[in-house]
Amino acid sequence: MSKITLGYFPGCSGLGTSAEYEKSTRAVCRELGIDLREIPDWNCCGSTPAHTVDPVLSSAFSARVFAQGEQVGITDVITPCPSCLSNLRNALRHMDDELFAARVDALTERPLKQEHSIKSVLQVIVEDIGLDSVKARVRKPLTGLKAVAYYGCLMNRPEKVMRFDDPENPVAMDQVLEVLGAEVLPFPLKVDCCGGSMSIPARRSTPHLAGKILDLAGEMGADVVVVACPLCQMNLDLRQGQSRAAGLKYTLPVPYFTQLMAYAFGLSDADTAFKLLAEDIAPAFTCMSRRSDEIKAEEARKAVLAEEKARAAAEKAAKTQAGTETAAEKQPGGKSRANSASAAGGAA
Amino acid sequence: MRIGVFICHCGSNIAGTVDCAAVAAKAATYPDVAYATDIMYACAEPGQDAIIAAIKEHQLSGVVVASCTPRMHEPTFRKTVERAGLNRYMFEMANIREHVSWIGKDIEANTNKAAELVRMAAAKLRLNKELKPKSFPVTKRLLVVGGGVAGIQAALDAADAGLEVILVEKQPTIGGKMAKLDKTFPTVDCSSCILGPRMVDVAQHPNITLYAYSEVESVSGYVGNFDVKIRKKASYVDWVKCTGCGLCTEKCPARKSYDRFNEGVGPTTAIIIPFPQAIPKKASIEREHCRLLTGGKCGVCAKVCPTGAINYAMEDEIIEARVGGIVAATGYDLIDWKIYEEYGGGRYPDVVTSLQYERMLSASGPTGGHIKRPSDGVEPKDVVFIQCVGSRDPSIGRPYCSGFCCMYTAKQAILTKDHIPDSQSYVFYMDIRSPGKGYDEFTRRVQEEYKARYIRGRVSLVYPKGNKLIVRGADTLMGVQVEVEADLVVLAVGAEAASESAKLAEKLRISYDSYGFFMEGHPKLKPVETNTAGVFLAGACQGLKDIPSSVAQGSAAAAKAIGLLSRDMLDSDPQIAFVSANRCVGCGKCIEVCPFKAIQEIDLRGQPKAEVIETVCQGCGLCNATCPQGAIQLSHFTDNQILAEVEALCRF
Repeated sequence: MSKITLGYFPGCSGLGTSAEYEKSTRAVCRELGIDLREIPDWNCCGSTPAHTVDPVLSSAFSARVFAQGEQVGITDVITPCPSCLSNLRNALRHMDDELFAARVDALTERPLKQEHSIKSVLQVIVEDIGLDSVKARVRKPLTGLKAVAYYGCLMNRPEKVMRFDDPENPVAMDQVLEVLGAEVLPFPLKVDCCGGSMSIPARRSTPHLAGKILDLAGEMGADVVVVACPLCQMNLDLRQGQSRAAGLKYTLPVPYFTQLMAYAFGLSDADTAFKLLAEDIAPAFTCMSRRSDEIKAEEARKAVLAEEKARAAAEKAAKTQAGTETAAEKQPGGKSRANSASAAGGAA
Repeated sequence: MRIGVFICHCGSNIAGTVDCAAVAAKAATYPDVAYATDIMYACAEPGQDAIIAAIKEHQLSGVVVASCTPRMHEPTFRKTVERAGLNRYMFEMANIREHVSWIGKDIEANTNKAAELVRMAAAKLRLNKELKPKSFPVTKRLLVVGGGVAGIQAALDAADAGLEVILVEKQPTIGGKMAKLDKTFPTVDCSSCILGPRMVDVAQHPNITLYAYSEVESVSGYVGNFDVKIRKKASYVDWVKCTGCGLCTEKCPARKSYDRFNEGVGPTTAIIIPFPQAIPKKASIEREHCRLLTGGKCGVCAKVCPTGAINYAMEDEIIEARVGGIVAATGYDLIDWKIYEEYGGGRYPDVVTSLQYERMLSASGPTGGHIKRPSDGVEPKDVVFIQCVGSRDPSIGRPYCSGFCCMYTAKQAILTKDHIPDSQSYVFYMDIRSPGKGYDEFTRRVQEEYKARYIRGRVSLVYPKGNKLIVRGADTLMGVQVEVEADLVVLAVGAEAASESAKLAEKLRISYDSYGFFMEGHPKLKPVETNTAGVFLAGACQGLKDIPSSVAQGSAAAAKAIGLLSRDMLDSDPQIAFVSANRCVGCGKCIEVCPFKAIQEIDLRGQPKAEVIETVCQGCGLCNATCPQGAIQLSHFTDNQILAEVEALCRF
């Protein structure tokens, strides 16, 4: 198995609210041959609240992260968190401007000497590792699981900065879930606002906005809403009770895509870390196995039918063949050739 | 030689940043300059009279005017010197407006540059020779490319004026986009009822030869005598025998073919007559859908055809014709709206395009004029129209306004109410653009009488919920978000130049802009001419426009073509190549590079030599630059003249 080594930036939520994302990401990367080298003594990416107050300060946080990586020879970094991704990527972009970079350097006192790149874990899995490699590692396919993928606002946007997938209708997570065996429903609210940015200034609107997403997912018959962003996950999962109080009719587990990957790869409970989700995922798996049994039964029934049909066709072909041969004996010529040709066609 | 120099002020256009009197004073010191002055408006009547008076008073034998670009007024001043008795080629122009005064503010630098340009022009003029045009006969036949309403108008006007007209149409029928429309704004009159008779006129006009299902393959030659090859695509039906009875289209078993004419609203057969009023009303087979042509089995149409017109072995045919002028009227196409994922990117059947909606409204369309949701055939009650889908959107490289969508959306909202009285239309718009006779009144009527709700703002998302489509957008006048539960969403898709317009432009040797629209000769003063003599423009291929403007431009293009072809002889431009036979070594390089096939090899006392066919040469100068011997020269732009200009500029 070919290995790739990449710098890893867990981000603050990975140590707290999204520990399950962190655990499952590390496990999945291990399985896929991605050697994660955590940046030593990393700090806040600068996304909250610095970037709303001072863009230079915010970028300086990011710049220090890259500088820490540079020290140990890391220049290509990945992160599971879209918010970190956005801020780290934007910092690099802003620092293309020499004046801006000089102001950042004045704060960090450690100017970057090398070119750096930052990507999401999802992008690396889909583009660098490839769906075939993911598929090859599936041991417990998610057959029968109805899933919708929810990307949030940051993963693919702004388009010119992220340059990954479609900004209005992203499909990367859908594709991953499909190769895991799940039935992925075409979810129209993939990039709708989860209410994350409203959770402090207008707290009441958050459960309402998150509720809309969950409501449509429930209406479409999804068992799970699969996410890739810690903040989205928190709003959809942790606040689901608030959303229900605001009128949501469904209860839906909201796992990270890496957790489902770990599950499908047959990894341990410590790696899937499902127990850290607020809404229990067990009912979804119950639905999955019930549906999986139904699918298996249906397939078996079809196989039997197909076999019977094939046998019947073969018998019929044999009979016609015999009939034609007797006819051909009686009446040799062009007509009999036409008959046997059509019989052969029927048998095929 | 006695040269006169006139430095034009062009009001303050030049004089604002160039010291014209100083330029004139300097010019007076240049070799052979006998007279130099500055002048307020050289092109105005007093200016021209002053030039004529000076020529006579100072016995001038050549004139330099320093003013605007020669594209603007070179023909004007050539006529002026001619009126004073000089040969029209004893004239040079220095462009001190576009090349000097408009692009710099430093008066001293500008004045110096203007003086240098005048020095170059005077140095060249000293070597100018009197040139006389040759005349050649004109082919009094016009080619019109594109059989939409603009092309139809141009063809009919030219044919009525007595010209022979060849009309080439890519599709199996003429009529273009207008034939697909149900009604037209702002009168809400039936589109096919007003276009149909014009189409019939085309078919019946003795002066018009129609090649439908055909494309221009190549164009060579020049104004007055273009040689055109037309590819008549294989329709697999002999149109001489076909009566248009339609029996084949009823019996064809390939019933799931894409219906191009109906924008895919319903399926059609592989052998089709696009619509009942099609001209020519002949059947044709779409190869990719035909079971016989793709799979080798079927042949139903050949069996049922009462006249035996079906011919599966038919091949494309090339028709050659000579024409004196060409009108390009290739129209437009809708942009690919499926790039807009926020509107569903083509995933939701009940999100349709405006042109599909026209076909649903049309009584001769696949739904018989009943508005039905494509998904379940149910009559919609709440219809949302989204404007500017692909118009005014720099993010997809379409920053321009398509011009007609505001109006057709208003019309479609009115028709929706007429078809379904208890319906409610919603229109999301950016700005309502309705300049035109009776247009703004029309967009008010749809809001006030027909109670369409106009919401100023963009739509951010369309998504299905149950059997409704949720349309989420902003109302920027109220400053609120809005959500509309719609049964049907109609996208007012913007337009772009027809898909293969760039290819045609290259064949016709005309320019096109970065969006593929053909460039007119001058944005104000030459709206139907191109920079290639004898090629004219009509309709949306030149820039998006509605039916009245397209028809007007069709007539205008016809008028220009009639004017050109009313002459029996045309003067050829004498600024062409000539061969100095004693220098020519007969290498033939010039023959290879000439894009106009204007050079031929002749035998001169046993030696191969190049010879320029004077009426074919366009004076591009390629041969001049290629000739290793300097034997082939371009009149009025000889090597010596160019070198004289260079020397004048590099004196120091």
